[in-house]
Amino acid sequence: MSARGDQSPPRAATPSTHGELLARFAVSPARRRKDRLARGLIMAGTAIALVPLVLVVYYLIKQGAGSWSWDFFTTDPTGNTFFKTSSIGGIESAILGTLEIVALAAVIAIPIGIGVAVWLVEYGRDSAFANLVRFFVDVLTGVPSIVFGLFIYIVLIVGTGSSYAGYKGSLALSLLMLPVVIRSAEVILLLVPGALRESALALGAPRWKVILRIVLPTALPGMVTGVLLAIARAAGETAPLLFTAAATNKTTGDLGAFMNSLPVQIYKDVTSPTTSVVNRAWGAALTLVAMILVLNLIARLISRRSRLA
Amino acid sequence: MPSGDRSILERSPLARLPDRVLKYGLTALAALILALIVFFFVRLVGESKPAFAHNGVFGFAFDNNWDVSREKFGALPLVLGTLITSGLALLIGVPVAVATAIYANELCPLRLRTALTILVELLAAVPSVVYGLWGIFFLAPKLQPIEQWVADRLSFIPFIGGGTVTIPNYFVAGLILAIMILPIVSAIAREVMATVPSDHKEAALGLGATRWEMIRTAVLPYCRTGIVGGAMLGLGRAIGETIAVTIVIGDAPQLGKHLFGQGYSLAAVIANEFGEAQGLHRSALFAAGLVLFVLTLLVNIAARLLVNRAARKGTTPTATQGAAGGGQPVAGAVAGA
Amino acid sequence: MTPDASPPQTANVKDPTVDPESRTEQERDAIAASTPAKPASGTSADGAKADAARAAESKQGLGVKLEGLRAFYGEAEQVKGIDLEFDANEVTAIIGPSGCGKSTMVRCINRMHEEIPGAHAEGRVMLDQLDVYDPSVDVVAVRRAIGMVFQKPNPFPTMSVFDNVASGLRLSSGRSTHGKADLRMKVEAALRGAGLWDEVADRLDAPGAGLSGGQQQRLCIARSLAVEPEVILMDEPCSALDPIATLKIEELIEELKKRVTIVIVTHNMQQAARVADRTAFMLSGELVEVGPTNDIFTKPGDSRTEEYVTGKFG
Repeated sequence: MSARGDQSPPRAATPSTHGELLARFAVSPARRRKDRLARGLIMAGTAIALVPLVLVVYYLIKQGAGSWSWDFFTTDPTGNTFFKTSSIGGIESAILGTLEIVALAAVIAIPIGIGVAVWLVEYGRDSAFANLVRFFVDVLTGVPSIVFGLFIYIVLIVGTGSSYAGYKGSLALSLLMLPVVIRSAEVILLLVPGALRESALALGAPRWKVILRIVLPTALPGMVTGVLLAIARAAGETAPLLFTAAATNKTTGDLGAFMNSLPVQIYKDVTSPTTSVVNRAWGAALTLVAMILVLNLIARLISRRSRLA
Repeated sequence: MPSGDRSILERSPLARLPDRVLKYGLTALAALILALIVFFFVRLVGESKPAFAHNGVFGFAFDNNWDVSREKFGALPLVLGTLITSGLALLIGVPVAVATAIYANELCPLRLRTALTILVELLAAVPSVVYGLWGIFFLAPKLQPIEQWVADRLSFIPFIGGGTVTIPNYFVAGLILAIMILPIVSAIAREVMATVPSDHKEAALGLGATRWEMIRTAVLPYCRTGIVGGAMLGLGRAIGETIAVTIVIGDAPQLGKHLFGQGYSLAAVIANEFGEAQGLHRSALFAAGLVLFVLTLLVNIAARLLVNRAARKGTTPTATQGAAGGGQPVAGAVAGA
Repeated sequence: MTPDASPPQTANVKDPTVDPESRTEQERDAIAASTPAKPASGTSADGAKADAARAAESKQGLGVKLEGLRAFYGEAEQVKGIDLEFDANEVTAIIGPSGCGKSTMVRCINRMHEEIPGAHAEGRVMLDQLDVYDPSVDVVAVRRAIGMVFQKPNPFPTMSVFDNVASGLRLSSGRSTHGKADLRMKVEAALRGAGLWDEVADRLDAPGAGLSGGQQQRLCIARSLAVEPEVILMDEPCSALDPIATLKIEELIEELKKRVTIVIVTHNMQQAARVADRTAFMLSGELVEVGPTNDIFTKPGDSRTEEYVTGKFG
């Protein structure tokens, strides 16, 4: 309580209550204010980030849901842009076109992408050549999607003197999907524990069996997730299709002919002065976003079942 | 003695075949990727040559007039338009993205973290054409009065103030781009922040730092390189973004006089004009594509170097760091002795 | 062995006049192998099972001889010239402090060392008059003849218990004409050989990774046994296990050595004393001393050995 006898050295006045003790160590009001301010700003920033999402979804549903009807999904657009709703048609060819073009793109990009990823992880590893490939794959990731369209245009339309076709759009999209598939597959393959490969090798398995029977099955859920996300990305792309698959109104199963697609259809309709056409664009946009969200959802569910990270 | 059918002598060439096929087949595939890109570049340059020959390379890049009818192809308004919108995207998008990352990693209650992460990633799921649609019909009209107010109040500042606000304009394009790059910048920022060793954070907190002070001293400096790298990846994305920008930026042939007026960008010009372009015009558009490609290439290379350098401090491979050195799956399991 | 030479039959089970005491070990195993978990499918199936069990019983391991073995990681020499012999059907323990190169050396025997990028080995490893490093030898086949059990049990996560054991047979190159029944017999024999059959017979389809640590390690041993190797290398197989599981595996090693030659790397000297017939002591990549286990621990020839086994270092 009071200072002890003369033996103890002189020191600052001892605090007599808890409050005073803690007060010595308390955070100054200025610091506390700064902390609160900073936290407030950070939370505000986060909220700002979420606002567009809410607004986009809300407006999309508000403007688009009204267009949804059985006819909407089962009639082709008529190409009429000046008349009332009934004569402008629906978006059937757009939906089917997207399904066809993206499916072909996936069939091309997935085997090649997974093959390159397997090579990178199992054979190339850290060699100079492998790192060069990785570098170029990264380069490919950054290429604007419209440039892919230009490239296919140069090679397959100018180069061969032929015209637009659905499969050319697929090729442009597969170029876009390739780096995404390669990177996500590589990440997953790297997560497969080395001990697994070792055990298989130690049993006297040839390398190709180790890869095909042990590594790939273990990595499968993760790779499926990556593939689905790549497909979702490709489904939403417009620019690569503008000068490759171009657009048409009729539904066609022929990938060698002009083919419609949802993003291109929306793009065409956006600039129309006719309200009903714009409404169709909203309906198509809602459809497209719904498709992509479903793919994302499935991808997430599958990744939960993955035994790797 | 080994039993008969398990001699350990040479396997028949047939049995060795699958191994060889797999190895060389896949190597060829990887080489194919390289060849593709080189081929890509060469063809693009080839198609652009006429335009460069017509104007000269510098003429192409620095003339401020993109006039199709008079065959004048100065791409300056396009390049600057691209830079302005992307710069705006960074200015608005990066702080918000970093704030989101900080919140998610450091301040957010644990059970909300996954939900928050998913919501931000959903922004990336929206296709660009839908952003364009939403931008031109919802965002731009809603913002117009505000923009007009700003332009009137700040008329003394060149480029921002004065003039009338048009619906397609630079600002809305920049804003939409900011929204579009949010997910990727935020994801990278989050990943880099997650690699901060908890010792550093605990040391700061143990010294009696407030939460913000801890973030400011232990987390952010550690992540600086990575965040800059992430921002540059966002920049690369913004530069190349085509459709959303095309819809909301307009098509001014010369450099717009102010922020809230119509503009143009490299990607937008290609999207708008390629359909009907012929001859020299088409070549000029290819040249614009080439400039776009080179620009994104440079930005992305720089970004990768930064992100990889930052990510190497951590230990787990991530999606952003797929390029940062491959793993050695077998070596990893071997103990020293 | 069985009273009647041919056709093979489980006569002992059916003939009550045979004195149980006089049954040989092989007969007992034949009985065990042919005691059906499911109803017997007929004489020939039982007989074939007995044959398989008998064949497994009578198989002798092979000896291994290292001559001037050196192992490198890039430029760095980790194993510096080792001459060592492992006698057939014996257990040899390799002991030594951390980092002395014992794991590296053992991995050279089944040529796993070279799987590490930049690593290579020199010298000869003789498996019954054949150098496994000879260019004409197929490395994949070497690994079938020389199996390996790792420190951390690692059954394949995507496979059931049955598939794990069968994986060695399915993955190995060569003809895969394993009929279903043939496969079942081999899996059962391997699981019995690993002392795991009784515990998993009713859940062969359960995931391999769902077993306890000790069971997983015995599953890995069964997996290696299924391909019928001559030698099994064990790299600190018990260091991740609890004492009871460890004991079970040490008992297993006693049994296994009748069929295969065993080399076991261990940092636990008591374990070496318990299971090994001979022990080799390594230090800094060199072989210091090798001899009967008892001698190494009670009257080591080299002073370094003595310091290590008395715990002065390591």
